[in-house]
Amino acid sequence: MTEKTLLDVKGLKTYFYLEGKKVAKAVDGVHFSVKPGETVALVGESGSGKSITSLSIMKLIGKPGKIEEGQILFNGKDLVKFSDKQMTQVRGREIGMIFQEPMTALNPVFTIGNQITETLIRHKKVSKAEAEKKAIDLLKLVGFPRAEETMKEYPHQLSGGMRQRAMIAIAISCDPKLLIADEPTTALDVTIQAQILDIMDEMKKKFNMAVLLITHDLGVVAEYAERVMVMYGGQIVEQTTVENLFLNPKHPYTNGLLESLPSLEKEVDRLGAIKGMVPAAHEFPAGCRFSDRCPHVMDKCKAANPELVTVEPGHNVRCYLYE
Amino acid sequence: MSVIEKELKIETENDFIVEAKNLKKYFPIKGGVLKRTVGHVKAVDDISLSIIRGETLGVVGESGSGKSTLGRVILRLMEPTEGQILFENEDISRLSNRQLRPFRKDMQIVFQDPFASLNPKMNVQELIEEPLLVQTSLDKHERREKAISLLEKVGLRPDSRLKYPHEFSGGQRQRISIARALALNPKFIICDEPVSALDVSIQAQVLNLMADLQDEFNLTYLFIAHDLSVVKHISDRVAVMYLGRIAEIAPKKNLYDTPLHPYTEALLSAVPSTDVLNKREKIILKGDLPSPSNPPSGCAFRTRCPKAHERCALERPELINVSEGHYVACHLYEQ
Repeated sequence: MTEKTLLDVKGLKTYFYLEGKKVAKAVDGVHFSVKPGETVALVGESGSGKSITSLSIMKLIGKPGKIEEGQILFNGKDLVKFSDKQMTQVRGREIGMIFQEPMTALNPVFTIGNQITETLIRHKKVSKAEAEKKAIDLLKLVGFPRAEETMKEYPHQLSGGMRQRAMIAIAISCDPKLLIADEPTTALDVTIQAQILDIMDEMKKKFNMAVLLITHDLGVVAEYAERVMVMYGGQIVEQTTVENLFLNPKHPYTNGLLESLPSLEKEVDRLGAIKGMVPAAHEFPAGCRFSDRCPHVMDKCKAANPELVTVEPGHNVRCYLYE
Repeated sequence: MSVIEKELKIETENDFIVEAKNLKKYFPIKGGVLKRTVGHVKAVDDISLSIIRGETLGVVGESGSGKSTLGRVILRLMEPTEGQILFENEDISRLSNRQLRPFRKDMQIVFQDPFASLNPKMNVQELIEEPLLVQTSLDKHERREKAISLLEKVGLRPDSRLKYPHEFSGGQRQRISIARALALNPKFIICDEPVSALDVSIQAQVLNLMADLQDEFNLTYLFIAHDLSVVKHISDRVAVMYLGRIAEIAPKKNLYDTPLHPYTEALLSAVPSTDVLNKREKIILKGDLPSPSNPPSGCAFRTRCPKAHERCALERPELINVSEGHYVACHLYEQ
């Protein structure tokens, strides 16, 4: 590889051990990489394993879950082998993270100022006064005009959009090289969503930060990401550039998703629905995990799971139709 | 019925099934030691609209716009503070609960969260039979038959009728809610964010089901949602709400092709588009929705409006008719 990669996930498997010896293969052999400064989206429906993938990268998987196999190379170092203590130096400092629900991610008993300066003092080893100055700058950057006053406010005093902006300020406070954004705008109204995504995009350009965007919203993917991975049943089923995905989708699941999406541009009498529902992670069908919902299903689909194959440079699909 | 046939039908008929006239719902804010009323949250503030038989009227708005309260007041699940609600030309806004009973079977509601709206202690059969037990004189056998046929109608297996809500997925639960709403052959159903908790592939299944049922039973829907694409797909006409008032109401095509209100324009531009070749220019609105307990003077949208002028702070714009069926509340369009 000529270009340097920032994050290289190789063969990641995260399993959950359920009661009665059942194993939920929430993430089952995921490969992808993120280059410095690019936005890569991980898209899928609930239960596809996209959030577990992001939590695995941060090593925030608790019992009964476990990273079974694979490597998570961040700047060439394998995070899977890191101890808890080493991870505290990575989280918040080299990898920032924002979550869907900023009210549960922020600590309700500390002021916003307190929560930003805490991160700065811990990771950057700066004095309290310096941290406060930097925190005010950060809040102004993410669009708080009265940043000095916001410093003294508690999370409950802010609206949903403001909380998410405060989360972004905390996440970027230590100039991370990678920002993981897990459904950052799902709980927000559409006008506020536009504000937040705009700020994220601006920060990304300003600090040359890479973004791993986890979302179920294909519109958000189309507008903000450069490359995209579609996940289904704990695996990547299609991986390509954003343009390719929307203009030239290959996998029947991707096609199904796009057709089931109502849009402002097209007018249809009925939406193209995918029959059935996402299987639970402990009861995937044998063979291709999409086989029981797929309109193009063949005999061999039920026998063995297809591999992710390259159909054209930079476009990988997990489907027998393209082998 | 094809889309064109339906449009024609709606244009030629003025058969209103539901009319709201100057409807208001104010919630008191209590304060101080004596819990005196110190102000009001004007959740629905002087709304008048008519719903034509057989149509789907979409209501869009952000959280706090009052769209759900509007639905609940129209069904009399909440008492209106002022104003009238006419159901098939009869004023139901002041009827007692007993007097309302015969109307109840004609008006139903499907809620957003099928996890909270179905009693977890009742199985599917009991859930669907409950309205039949209250409103009809069907015997046990007839009720069971009806429940089975409703389950088939909404695409659930009849042998699942002895299962409990927790055994179903979100999409299946929403199908149960729909079967329950259909049990009494209603004429009018309010759908309050019925698909917003569902994944897109399941959302499409439920939207298709609702459209099929509308054709089959000639249902009228008031479809409340925050997702502009979903509302565009399912509606014939669309109303845009902002802080308890209607900002714009028009046939779907007019509203989405030529939005007039600056708020509608901004809302539409903010919807992320999957059209990677033609990116829409975004209008990024400043700030958040103001508090409905203390709305700005004049036009409530003026604090975020890119086109606000002096007059907007002084006078509240009324809904005016600008073209066939297209109404907007904005000073820009007044003569």
